[in-house]
Order: sequence, then C-alpha cells, then structure tokens
Amino acid sequence: MATIELQQVEKKFGEAYAVKPMNLTIHDGEFVVLLGPSGCGKTTTLRMISGLETVTDGRILFDGRDVTWLHPSDRDIAFVFQFFALYSHMTARQNIAFPLQAQGESRAVIEQRVNEVARMLRIEHILGQRPGALSGGDQQRVALARALVRRPAAFLMDEPLGALDADFRESMRAEIKQLHIAQHATTIYVTHDQIEAMAMGDRIVVMSDAVVQQIGTPAEVYHNPANLFVARFIGSPGMNLVRGRLADGVIHLPGGNAYPVPEAWLPALQQAVGREGEVIVGFRPEAADIVDDGPLAGRVYAEDLYGGYTMLHLELETDEIIHVRTNRQLILPIDSTARFALDPAMVRFFHPQTEAAIHQEARP
Amino acid sequence: MSALPQPNPTSSSSQRARRQISDRTILHLFIWPTLILLILINIFPLFYSLYLSFTNYSVISNKPPEWVGFANFIRMLNSEEMWSYFALTGRYALLSVGLQTGIGFGLALLLREKFKASGFLTTLILIPMMLSPVVVGLFWKLIFNPAYGIFNYLIGFTNPAVAPDWLAQPDLALFAIVIVDVWMWTPFVMLLCLSGLSAIPDYLYEAAAIDRASSWFQFWRITLPQVAPLLLIAVLFRTIEAFKAFDVVMGLTGGGPGTATNTVAIEIYRQAFLGQFRTGRASALAYIVLIIIIAVSNLYIRQINRAREG
Ligand SMILES: Nc1ncnc2c1ncn2[C@@H]1O[C@H](COP(=O)(O)OP(=O)(O)OP(=O)(O)O)[C@@H](O)[C@H]1O
Ligand SMILES: [Mg+2]
Repeated sequence: MATIELQQVEKKFGEAYAVKPMNLTIHDGEFVVLLGPSGCGKTTTLRMISGLETVTDGRILFDGRDVTWLHPSDRDIAFVFQFFALYSHMTARQNIAFPLQAQGESRAVIEQRVNEVARMLRIEHILGQRPGALSGGDQQRVALARALVRRPAAFLMDEPLGALDADFRESMRAEIKQLHIAQHATTIYVTHDQIEAMAMGDRIVVMSDAVVQQIGTPAEVYHNPANLFVARFIGSPGMNLVRGRLADGVIHLPGGNAYPVPEAWLPALQQAVGREGEVIVGFRPEAADIVDDGPLAGRVYAEDLYGGYTMLHLELETDEIIHVRTNRQLILPIDSTARFALDPAMVRFFHPQTEAAIHQEARP
Repeated sequence: MSALPQPNPTSSSSQRARRQISDRTILHLFIWPTLILLILINIFPLFYSLYLSFTNYSVISNKPPEWVGFANFIRMLNSEEMWSYFALTGRYALLSVGLQTGIGFGLALLLREKFKASGFLTTLILIPMMLSPVVVGLFWKLIFNPAYGIFNYLIGFTNPAVAPDWLAQPDLALFAIVIVDVWMWTPFVMLLCLSGLSAIPDYLYEAAAIDRASSWFQFWRITLPQVAPLLLIAVLFRTIEAFKAFDVVMGLTGGGPGTATNTVAIEIYRQAFLGQFRTGRASALAYIVLIIIIAVSNLYIRQINRAREG
C-alpha cells in the first residue's frame, strides 16, 4: 500500500501539453478517480505514474520515495488496461500466473494464489481458456485477476470498463468497488463517465484540456464546482447556468425574472463583479422546485417523466433552457408558464470572465 | 450477360456492340493458356515421371520404356551410396536452415528497433535473396577462389599458398555451400520474422513491464511464442528448399569434389543426364525425395498449427 504524490508533474508531446503542471496527493488506501472528457490527459497522467511514460518535468513520489525515473517494474504497481492487454497465446490461468512466474515464485505458491484470486473474481471455470474465447467481461476479470495476484502497492486502472456493455459496466463497477473495499489498496481509476466517477471515487480529479480543474470528494465537485467546466461536466444534466445582471441586490435573469440575492452572498458578489455587473447563476435541477407562487417563471418546453420524478425543461427566453427536477406528480401543458423557486442554500455563482466559482467568504 | 444491353458510362453504345466479348470468353482466354502451360510443364511430367520410375527407360536408348515394378526403388533404397547422399543432404539442411534461422531471427530482432536508416539497411540486407542462384554460384566461386578470392583474405588468410581452397577440399566444400546458402537466404527468414515481430502489439510488452518481467523472460514468454508461427513457416520453406538444393550447388561445385557435396538433387541430375542417362532410376529417386519432403512438411505444419493454437 502506498501514498502517491505528484509534484508539478507535466508532459509535453513535442510542443503540445498533454498534461500541464499538476499536483496531487493520493493517500494510502484511497480510491481516486481521474475524470475528464476524451483527450484531456487522463491516460497520460496514469502512464506517467506507472512509469510507462516519462515525465517532461516534475517529481513523482511513492511513500516519499522519488520514483520519477524508475522503470515500471521497479514501482510495484499493477495496471489494468482499457483493452485488457492479455497475452493472447496463454490461457487465462497462464495470464494470471505470469506476474508471479516473472518473479520466480514457486509452483505451489503460484497455484494457490491464482486459485485464490480466481475464486475472488468467480472465474475458476474459465481458467483453461484463452482470451480470444472469452467475453469482454470475463477478459476484464482475468485482467483484474492478473493485477490482483501480485498484491501490488497500488492499482492503476485506465477505463477498465470502457469496452464493456452498459448493463455489464454497472455490475463490474460494484465488483471493483467491492474489491477495493476488501483489499483497501491505493487505486487510481481513469474514466470519462462522471456517473462512474461519482459512484466509485473517494475523491475525483476533474481534468480538462490538460489542466486539473478541481480535486474533491464526489459531493464537493457536485455541489461546489470550482468553475463552469466542472459545473457543466458533473451531473446529468449538468448544472443550470444562467447569465444574469446584478443591480441593487437583485439579479436580473432572462425572461424578465428578478432574483433577489440572498443576504449572505451580497458582499462576495459585489466584491467579485462590482455593485453592478454580470454574474452567472448556477443551480442543480433539484435546487429548483415548481411552486405555484414561485418568484421565477419559464415556459414549459418539454417534460420527461421518470416515474419517481419529473424533469421539466423550461425556456426562460429563446435558447435559455433550464432543467428543473420536481418530485411532485404534476403534468404541465407544453407552452404553459411554470413558476418555480430556488433553494437559497443550493444556488452558486460564477464569474462570467474567469469562469471561476465565487465564494461566499473570501478564502485564504 | 452479353445478350443484355447494360448501361456503361465509359464507352459509347456503338463501340460496345462491336467490341463486346462475353465474360465467359474472357475467362477462357485468360485461363487456358496458363492451364495448358501448367499441364504440359508440370502436371504431365509429374505423372509421366511416376510411370517412368517403374520402368528401365533411358532417354538416349532407342528402346521404349519397359516395366520393371519396384526394382528402381529397391535398388535406390538398398544402395549404400544413396543413403550417404541422403545423410549429406540432411546434414546440409540442418546446418543451413539452423544458421539461417538463428541469424535471420537475430537480425530481425535488431532491425525491429527503429533507428536512423533502419529501413534502408533492411532493403540492403534483402538484396542477396533477389539474385539469381546461377549468378550467386558464379560470383561466390570467385569469392572463394584461393588465389585471388576475397573470402580467405577477409577471414585472415593473406597468404594464398597456405589458404584453404574451399570448393576443392572435400572437408570444406559442404561448409562453403552452407555459407553461400546462408548468405543468400537468411534475409528471407529475417523478413518473415520481422513481419511477425512487428505484429506483436506494444501493449503486451507494457503489460509485461508492469508485471515485472525481465527482458529475458519477456523474450521467452512473449516474443518467441508470438513469432513462432511465422518463424516455423520460414523454417518449413527453407527446409523444403534445402532438400531440393541444386542450383547453387551446381554452380559452385557440381557435387564435387568427388561426391563431397553430392546432394540428392544433384544425384538425380547425375542419374538422369550424365553417363547412362538412367531416366527411370532418376524418376524413382525424385519420387523418394518428394515423399520425404511431404513427410517432413507435414511434421512442421502440425507443429505450426500447434504454435498457432498455443
Ligand atoms: N504518444 C503520444 N504522442 C503524441 N501525442 C499524444 C501521445 N499520447 C497522447 N497524446 C496526446 O495527448 C493528449 C492527452 O491524451 P490522453 O491519452 O492522455 O487523453 P485521455 O484523457 O486519456 O483521453 P481518452 O479519454 O480519449 O482516453 C491528447 O491530445 C493526445 O492526442
Ligand atoms: Mg485514455
């Protein structure tokens, strides 16, 4: 088990940054998810930690020991590849035994350890088969078993469920999480699926364009996104972001709506954008609710019924559509006017130019 | 199809009407010349020589073939000389194919690493393979020449008086032929190995590095099993060729000195076209060689299939 520390780690391919200088500390036994859209540098980060890719600059520490220039085999990590990377000419059993054989373990030890992980992952019945004959899920289980069998200091997983069917991903997700709880091994998990990240991570590192946007627990990145990118990227649908104009303690929103700023927020907002200025109001769909005498209004554009709840698409003004989630059993006619209220504790504000979140109290 | 007017945007309709040749006609035009040549040059001699191998026919005698049953085969298989030629051919095949495989695979491993001019170097190495065997035989004769050949000079014999005469000394002649064959055909083995090596995906080595496998372990457990199918195909081709070794041997030594390099293929030639022109016996010998090659190939192919499956 290990603590992993990245200090100003960066990677350039030619002149282009794949990862801009990045700091990250992963605690012993923690499950950290690297989350971001395609091409943002997640895989590159993971490969630098594993040693499969060299760093352009910066330091990587395992338990305080500098491993920046160590070969992957000297870092005592396991890597689960997106496309499994199983040895096609070996059976599942031989694949799983490979890391142990490479270390010269005795036959008896290998036999026992392979059987042990096979039982844990419930793949005992396929041990004699070759990867080519296995389903995607079973191949990934074999790949996981190969990673687990050596009991490494840390697990690095690059979209291990990316190649699997949607149904299957969910059950495998639970399995991996379960394994982590049982083994309590430091794990770094890469995905571009924010639901996966929310469900699995102790902490999430949100990346975009080679830059770390935010590091925080799932609740933190969900409720307190650091900037507009995180606000949009996390949640489905993402946070509602409405451009407004602050004047006299009121934010004027599209569609003639006026939103009185909660007392506690006013000083921070005025400090950020001035007494009068543009500001972006953000709120999750569940922070709004349809109430007959709500202070805000929009035209019903569409309605998605999910049984347990309803997602309303309200148009404040042309092309300004927000999502409101309501648990009330109501069906509003399309094009009618819906009135809604916002939960003041769940409203967030963003600076329109820097796109950063505005904080209620000035932070150190 | 010829009866139906078909829209054809590339030629005018009047032209089409005059020039139209049916697909079937074209098919015959292409196939028959090849087929006739094949029948005349390959198929007919194959069966005719099978017939002749059971006769005492000789092309220079004016007598028609006379049926002798298995006499030719029995004679060949009971002849001590013949067995020594087979042993010689086997030794030659073993040495030659072994060296080609080892050196070819080694070169492939080196050339697999991309470096400056590695593509150019690969092309350069392939040149011997593209030469005509007769040309190769002729100029290696010059290279081996004890008086002015460069080979002895290169391996350190600068005084022609004591230098070995590779093609004239019975104990060296076979090695001389092996050297030439290796020089000529190692590139072929290398080429097949190279294509096998480049088909191994990088991620297998990445996974192996993560699994803490040493380079040696990676070589034995990943590289070798992954190229094995192609490597074995190269070995199969070269073994078949070695059993048929004729052209280069003929060009270099003609089977001599004495019978020091008398491979079975040379012996077939000698029986058929020298002295008595024993066509019947030569045919019988050729069939014995064919059967051996088929048997050996089958062993290899079984091995290749096993390597494919694992
Ligand atoms: N070997 C390489 N050479 C050049 N550019 C590379 C290389 N590997 C990655 N890149 C570039 O670096 C950037 C980050 O790539 P990376 O694979 O880390 O993204 P990712 O977040 O894992 O994306 P995905 O979700 O598609 O896997 C991309 O723009 C990619 O094109
Ligand atoms: Mg990736």
